[in-house]
Amino acid sequence: MLAVRSGKPVTFSAQALEQAQQIIRRYPEGQKKSALIPILHLAQEQNGGFLSVEAMDYVAEMLDLSPIEVYEVATFYTMFHLKPVGRYVLEVCHTGPCEIKGAEWLLQTLKSKLGVDEGEITPDGLFSIRRVECLAACGYAPMLQCGERYYEFLNTEEKVEALLEHLRQNANT
Amino acid sequence: MGKRLLLEHAHVESIDRLDVYRRHGGYAAVEKALKSMSPAEVVEEVKKSGLRGRGGAGFPTGLKWSFLDKKSGRPRYLVCNADESEPGTFKDRYLMEKLPHLLLEGIIVSSYALESHCAFIYVRGEFRWIIKILERAIEEACAAGWLGKNILGTGFDLDIIVHPGAGAYICGEETALLESLEGKRGLPRIKPPFPAVVGLYGMPTVVNNVETLAATPWIVLNGGDAYASIGIGKSTGTKLISACGNIRKPGVYEIELGLSLEEFLYSDEWCGGMEGAYGLKAVVPGGSSVPILPASLALKTASGQPRLLSYESLAEGGFESGSMLGSGGFIVYDEAQCIVRNTFNFARFYHHESCGQCSPCREGTGWLERILHKLEEGHGTLADIDLLWDVQKKIEGNTICPLGDAAAWPVASAIRHFRHEFEEHVHHPERCLFRRRQAAVPVNALAEPV
Ligand SMILES: Cc1cc2nc3c(=O)[nH]c(=O)nc-3n(C[C@H](O)[C@H](O)[C@H](O)COP(=O)(O)O)c2cc1C
Ligand code: SF4
Ligand code: FES
Repeated sequence: MLAVRSGKPVTFSAQALEQAQQIIRRYPEGQKKSALIPILHLAQEQNGGFLSVEAMDYVAEMLDLSPIEVYEVATFYTMFHLKPVGRYVLEVCHTGPCEIKGAEWLLQTLKSKLGVDEGEITPDGLFSIRRVECLAACGYAPMLQCGERYYEFLNTEEKVEALLEHLRQNANT
Repeated sequence: MGKRLLLEHAHVESIDRLDVYRRHGGYAAVEKALKSMSPAEVVEEVKKSGLRGRGGAGFPTGLKWSFLDKKSGRPRYLVCNADESEPGTFKDRYLMEKLPHLLLEGIIVSSYALESHCAFIYVRGEFRWIIKILERAIEEACAAGWLGKNILGTGFDLDIIVHPGAGAYICGEETALLESLEGKRGLPRIKPPFPAVVGLYGMPTVVNNVETLAATPWIVLNGGDAYASIGIGKSTGTKLISACGNIRKPGVYEIELGLSLEEFLYSDEWCGGMEGAYGLKAVVPGGSSVPILPASLALKTASGQPRLLSYESLAEGGFESGSMLGSGGFIVYDEAQCIVRNTFNFARFYHHESCGQCSPCREGTGWLERILHKLEEGHGTLADIDLLWDVQKKIEGNTICPLGDAAAWPVASAIRHFRHEFEEHVHHPERCLFRRRQAAVPVNALAEPV
């Protein structure tokens, strides 16, 4: 997977910097590297939802790591996006228990309602769609994750439409 | 039946807050252990209880604890495995969401038993809201003196750190988890040495599942013998089962081990029976990694005994006619489901999640996915079914960690019990139930959860 150089420097807000320091402090003496994954999450948030090469290099510097140590971790974990994404990433679980409850239907419905394919971004920059593996919501399928939340039992067009509308409203406020 | 040792107070409003949890007897086990028991006594009670790891492997917890190297005097760590990524499994999430203080209490008494002063909770990164719940609970517990320095004036110190993962099933495997916690890729380590000797940061470490640790306060309060008297045989105590698939009432249930599978599936107290008009086709009783059982073998063992939800009964018959309790992820398939499609789906999962270190797993899971895809698409031949069998055989037992086996077993058991469906896909691919259903009805509109 190729990472993207955005050409933009990354800066953490003062609050994010303080959060980063708190994270680093909680690990034992000499184990600063343990802070890497939590800080990559923070960097992704601070960088508009994805990890550019610049963002990863920034994290490397913050933790006294070589850039490659950060790249190899960022590329291993599926929650890290290495390319720009929509403001709302709709991550649909497509694993067995969700599939038997209509995960493929949910994916198709989202694609046709938003007019984009998996991995693309809607022209307004709001949405992208992604398939992910089991999110531990198997009894509440079909479902998707968006940001901090799970949206479950998305089994009718009305519910899907309502969710998209809710997110659009959110984006405006 | 219906004993609840873990979820007794799960429905109490605001039980995730310390004061409410305290009013329902919370933290009494910490008080008892720290003030009136020695660490060795706590280990002894857990040994007597017969508690077995609830993360999937079912290893006796007390025995695991007794392997921990205390003699060398190096720092010791307790790591709580809250990675919960096995398809079909969503019980730890429920427990942490409802009863975060029960988990903390379990971690405190277990750390005391292990004489460890630093514990980590490794939570899958997607559980963002759970991380917040846990962090708030930790703050409350620290402020009230249940955590931190000199707990209850006993001189025992403990810090608990919540650490997020970032999306990788393999990080549920305990040594991959430790690598991930150290800020690396989640590549399982070669064992031995085991974590009890060389674990987190090279120090002696115990890794236990959320549910395992949450069971320890009850054991401390009521004694190991009382715990051992619940359940059946060597399957002592209760187990959380997360039930999903084509049932009326999907959800998380606490059962006394030994409950019959039939009762669990059909009784209104539990799953409430099949959701629609179709009968039972198959059950995967312990998460996607365990062998699938056709309806007849799910309800009764090959020797005609009722199948029970216990480690022993589910395993009865070995791989020929049995399965495993695993993580308690209970997936139910009705007659309208396609076994070939489901097997393909799981193979795709394992291929995606293989860390790539061992060639049998890295390459083999890819082969499984591709052959199953070919069969599923209607381009397969009878020889492909045999090839599938050969490939899974070559993975099983030949890898660093059990993910390889976990990828092989669902394929092996599906061919063993449902070979006719694979053959049908060769001769009449157009009859595939998955395809027909996808085309006709988009999705079953379901009732809301209970
Ligand atoms: C591929 C793989 C994934 C696993 N995922 C989990 C998991 O998500 N949660 C868990 O508790 N154990 C998981 N395990 C089991 C752990 O390796 C380990 O046995 C367990 O955390 C030990 O705790 P216990 O003895 O309390 O069950 C997994 C094992 C393997 C091989
Ligand atoms: S069996 Fe698979 S997941 Fe486990 S170490 Fe080997 S390649 Fe990685
Ligand atoms: S299979 Fe979709 S959440 Fe588990």
